Amino acid sequence: MAGYAATSTRPIPRLDSDNRAFWTGGAVGELRILHCADCQGYTHPPRPVCRHCLSERVAPKAVAGSGVVDTFTVNYQKWFPAMEVPFVIARIALDGVPGVFLTTNIIGCPVDAVDIGDRVRVVFEQHGDVYLPLFEKAD
Amino acid sequence: MKNVEAYITGVGQSEVGMKLTRHPLLLTLDAVREAMNEAGLTIGQIDGVSTYPGRVAAMPGFSPVGADELVDALGIRATWYAGGGEITSQLGAVVAAVGAIRSGQARHVVCFRTVYEAAAMARPDEYPMWRRDRVEGNSQWFSPFNALSAVTWTAQYAMRHVKRYGLTREQLAQIALTDRAHALLNPRALVREPLTMDQYMSARMISSPMCLYDCDRFTDASTALIVSAGDALDEVSCTPIRIAAMAGTVERLSWDQAEWMACYATGVDLWKRTDYRPADVDTAQLYDGFSFQTLAWIESLGFCEVGEGGKFIEGGKRIALDGELPLNTFGGQIGAGRLHGFGFAHEAVTQLRGKGGARQIPGDPRVAVAASGGGPLATALLLTKD
Ligand SMILES: [Zn+2]
Repeated sequence: MAGYAATSTRPIPRLDSDNRAFWTGGAVGELRILHCADCQGYTHPPRPVCRHCLSERVAPKAVAGSGVVDTFTVNYQKWFPAMEVPFVIARIALDGVPGVFLTTNIIGCPVDAVDIGDRVRVVFEQHGDVYLPLFEKAD
Repeated sequence: MKNVEAYITGVGQSEVGMKLTRHPLLLTLDAVREAMNEAGLTIGQIDGVSTYPGRVAAMPGFSPVGADELVDALGIRATWYAGGGEITSQLGAVVAAVGAIRSGQARHVVCFRTVYEAAAMARPDEYPMWRRDRVEGNSQWFSPFNALSAVTWTAQYAMRHVKRYGLTREQLAQIALTDRAHALLNPRALVREPLTMDQYMSARMISSPMCLYDCDRFTDASTALIVSAGDALDEVSCTPIRIAAMAGTVERLSWDQAEWMACYATGVDLWKRTDYRPADVDTAQLYDGFSFQTLAWIESLGFCEVGEGGKFIEGGKRIALDGELPLNTFGGQIGAGRLHGFGFAHEAVTQLRGKGGARQIPGDPRVAVAASGGGPLATALLLTKD
């Protein structure tokens, strides 16, 4: 584990031209994934080129913000003293965005209420200029 | 006829411990010296150096010694060297050395991996980790969600096996129990206390379904392997072990984007490059930074079907020293310490030479697999005495 300044209970990304649309979309309630105008494919993490067809006609696109728990784990280890445990780390398969997964947390329910296949939807947690896409159960 | 094959000749290892005070460069020298002694080589005959991942200034305990430092410090007249993390995991350093050997750029390449994480954590003033206010690069996709260790990512593949294939904790426990049992027979192992199923089942959870005993721990040690050219074997006094096949995979850079761990493709590719078959393997030394990686390697290498790994290791008899597939006979990283990939190749060679001592597997082993990584990056070596 690398060290991070204890300014927050979460390490926060540094914004740059590649990632800004992803990390700030929550300001207007949008989960944005890089989309290709030529092959309609999605690329994540975002880069200035489509990983499916090498087109440079790529731009962030707001996606549905719903999805399915592909897999998950309940983290019990305190990786730094201020960390509150346990919590759920999950990998979400996004609706309408084939081949893209997001690592995130499932919040708003007990840790033992999460299972593979659960329907979830995005909720954003603001940390200054960054909006983290977290997910809660859709049922 | 010219022998263009590459062989592992000398192997060596330093003292293995936690919070060691011996300088990491000197630990590396200890390992290199033992390897040269075994091979009957002197420093003047070494003409190449290869390491993983090279010196990492941001995390000095993770990799405190670079290939260039070793070349300079030991006065090696190198005609080739390499050290870097952008390669198919730890044993990729051996794969790179084989390339140099086969292309005639070197005749005897020292490959090494030195770890100093326990010492660095104990002495942060001397080995400071770089700290930043914000995360960037690959870690930005995990760290904000407090997925701060590779265990949380490996655990998610393990959880998929639990849900999809019915993997149980009692089954997964056999990796740690086997490692720890074998470590008792290895005088250099870091953890030399028995582990019982009861202890395992009542251990605190780290990241479900992985508990404390499913994880290796920070270790200080150096491991060295000398890769020699087939036409230089007349200079070598130990039994050469042939690198009969190699395979490696890079999955997605952002670990969470991969549907399957990288080991699955590596296992398939390895058997395309040899006439040996999984049934020929006398011992398997498979990466266990986290226990589930070993189970995934067992499936990947075709010792059982995908999803059947839990049943394959159930009860532990099959993977014991006298079982059909003796596994991690030195204790793996969970028992012998986080030697970070190189311990597996070191042990494969040791067993094929019959030098395992109390942990030597019975019979006359001739074929071994050593594997490192397995997650986003994977490397497998097929090693033979033939
Ligand atoms: Zn495209």
